[in-house]
Amino acid sequence: MAMTSPSSPTPTEDYLALVRRKRLYGAILVALFVVLMASGFNLAEGRNAGGFFEGLHRIFDFPAEIFSEAFTNWRNMPAHLVSFLPSLLETLNIAAVSTLIGAVLGMFLAFLSTRGLAKWPALIPVFRRSMDIMRAVPEIVIALVLIFLLGVGPVPAMIAIAFHTTGALGKLFSEAAENVDFKPVEGLASVGGSWLQRVWFGVVPQVAPNWSSYALLRFEINIRASAILGFVGAGGIGYDLKTALQWGMGKYDQVVVIFALLFITIMIVDHMSDRARERLVKGGQIA
Amino acid sequence: MTTLSDPAYTPSVADKVQGAFNRRKWRNIGVPLGVFAYLIYVFFAFDIMGLASKARPENAAILLNDFWSHKVHVTRNNRSGEVLTAYEGERKGEFPEGTGPEWVSYGESTVISLTDGSVVEFVGGKIAELQIPDYGSVRAEIDGRAVVLTLPDNTTPPEWMNVSRNRMSLTQPGWRFSITPSKTEVFRYQAGWELFFFTIDSAFYDRSVGELVALALWEPRVNPDRANIAQMAYDIWTNKMWRHGDVAWAMFETVLMAFLGTMGAGLIALPLSFLAASNFAPARWLRLTCRRFFDLLRGVDGLIWTVILSRAFGPGPMTGALAILLTDTGTFGKTFSEALENIDQKQVEGVQSTGASAVQRMRFGVIPQVLPLILSQLLYYLESNTRSATVIGALVGGGIGLLLTQAIITQKDWEEVCYYMVLVVLTVMLMDTLSGWVRRKFIKG
Repeated sequence: MAMTSPSSPTPTEDYLALVRRKRLYGAILVALFVVLMASGFNLAEGRNAGGFFEGLHRIFDFPAEIFSEAFTNWRNMPAHLVSFLPSLLETLNIAAVSTLIGAVLGMFLAFLSTRGLAKWPALIPVFRRSMDIMRAVPEIVIALVLIFLLGVGPVPAMIAIAFHTTGALGKLFSEAAENVDFKPVEGLASVGGSWLQRVWFGVVPQVAPNWSSYALLRFEINIRASAILGFVGAGGIGYDLKTALQWGMGKYDQVVVIFALLFITIMIVDHMSDRARERLVKGGQIA
Repeated sequence: MTTLSDPAYTPSVADKVQGAFNRRKWRNIGVPLGVFAYLIYVFFAFDIMGLASKARPENAAILLNDFWSHKVHVTRNNRSGEVLTAYEGERKGEFPEGTGPEWVSYGESTVISLTDGSVVEFVGGKIAELQIPDYGSVRAEIDGRAVVLTLPDNTTPPEWMNVSRNRMSLTQPGWRFSITPSKTEVFRYQAGWELFFFTIDSAFYDRSVGELVALALWEPRVNPDRANIAQMAYDIWTNKMWRHGDVAWAMFETVLMAFLGTMGAGLIALPLSFLAASNFAPARWLRLTCRRFFDLLRGVDGLIWTVILSRAFGPGPMTGALAILLTDTGTFGKTFSEALENIDQKQVEGVQSTGASAVQRMRFGVIPQVLPLILSQLLYYLESNTRSATVIGALVGGGIGLLLTQAIITQKDWEEVCYYMVLVVLTVMLMDTLSGWVRRKFIKG
């Protein structure tokens, strides 16, 4: 082995220099991040109607106001609770149907855009890009445009959420399908199975637990989305919340009931889907 | 020991297998049937049948046309005889009086040539003469409060013409005409977005690309105070029709909301997640309190947070950023603490064996294990929050979401809706690519 020249550093020095350089880069990154956060916050505060510190102590004013009104009118609460159940059901229905539609369409898109499974391999980039676009379009835009075309109701929200869900689930589904074992597919191909048969009997049983778990997670997300879309006029509990808020004082007991219903529903669904997903992924199959 | 040959044992195994198969069979039939029944229920619950009566297909035609084309209005005030030409009939797109595009000639009478070969002439203040190929000439005259029509050969009006006592309008491919006692109007439709770069009052309006390049690179200066290229940038930035400057700001605000919300949530959630992880929590009650706190933040939906926060802080991007921050703190707290619970304890012990303090154990034993996961979570949420920030912006009144909802609610600026949509999609896809690049480059290897 050739002797190192006296000017070249020893391994220890080399290592220490490397550590120093790494620390310097780390420090620069952290400093940059702090500057970005601080200036970004200042900018956002400057463009906001109210400042951060003058509003901070008022955060609890509105909750306090609505809760105090709700306490004085506590006798109305059960009646409100019952009267809002239909719109809560509508919100849940929008989320469920759009998850179902999105999952089915996403499934097809996933098959068409996964290497090794695609029916037309040349079109994989086309399907991938279209899924990217579907994921990127905000639901609110599609919902508002469809409200203009179809009138106020649950269908625009359903289509809007299903559109986004298709793109989001399609991507996740295709990532899961990329890791399947190809032996069953090859076996089916060797006995002359068609593309549909290969996919249905060779791939779907392998990915079903993962896919169901993703779809459940989407359902949780879609409940929130459907509540928000209701707020801009697509029906459901969000719409009731908007009307109650616009009315202002005198209907705050309704606001409290809607908040409570939303909170409880989201908690219950999150909890149930958490449990179900744990069983799906750890148990390895649908029980 | 029982064996398969044992007569007391075999049937039960067979039963078990049979039972499992039966359950499987019923599930395979039952689940699709259940979904189908549910869809039928929803079909009626959502009143899909009634949708056909509520739907307005004519709106779809307007929208689709407007997405990619624009119209120029030539309007004569029938009382004063004044003729005005304007893009989309808006004040912002008005030509100075007596001027307009080259297909209109002004003078004693105004002659408008249209794309299908038709010619409309405004004669004086009361008369309009139309030459329509394949049909003939039509003359409409205002008589007091009525419209008097003269059709070729005194035929009855064709179905593309809409005639009543005090109004006549007709639609032809590429243009429309209408006359009432108060005004006479011609709309000419054209492909493309009008005045996208330069408005009529700009010195660069209606110039070819070659001319613009020449002007940008060489003299003469349009505005003696500024170089031409700076003037161009200024004119585009302050375009009154499209408000590119405001739109760019709004888009930036939206990304800013996502950035502040996501990173702020990460900063708050990281220390708290140590308290919520079972292998780091100093006390059980503290761990459970933190857990419940995260659950509360996630369970109180973003919608509720936006309502509460906009009451305290008013509309704007900071309110939106705080709403994202609150919900994501809950999510991050949960995922980070789960990641902390799943770390490999050996690395921590190794660091400890060198006599490291608690802080050093965290820094060199724990953080390197969870950092990749935390960073990729942050990046993933940054990207998905850019899209959510559009929706939240619409609720709290900030960013591109506000512009989008405003443009949709006016129900006529569909080309602007299209423009904003393209911008949002491009931005989200850009964030997607960017975060994917950062993840590949710095996290995986």
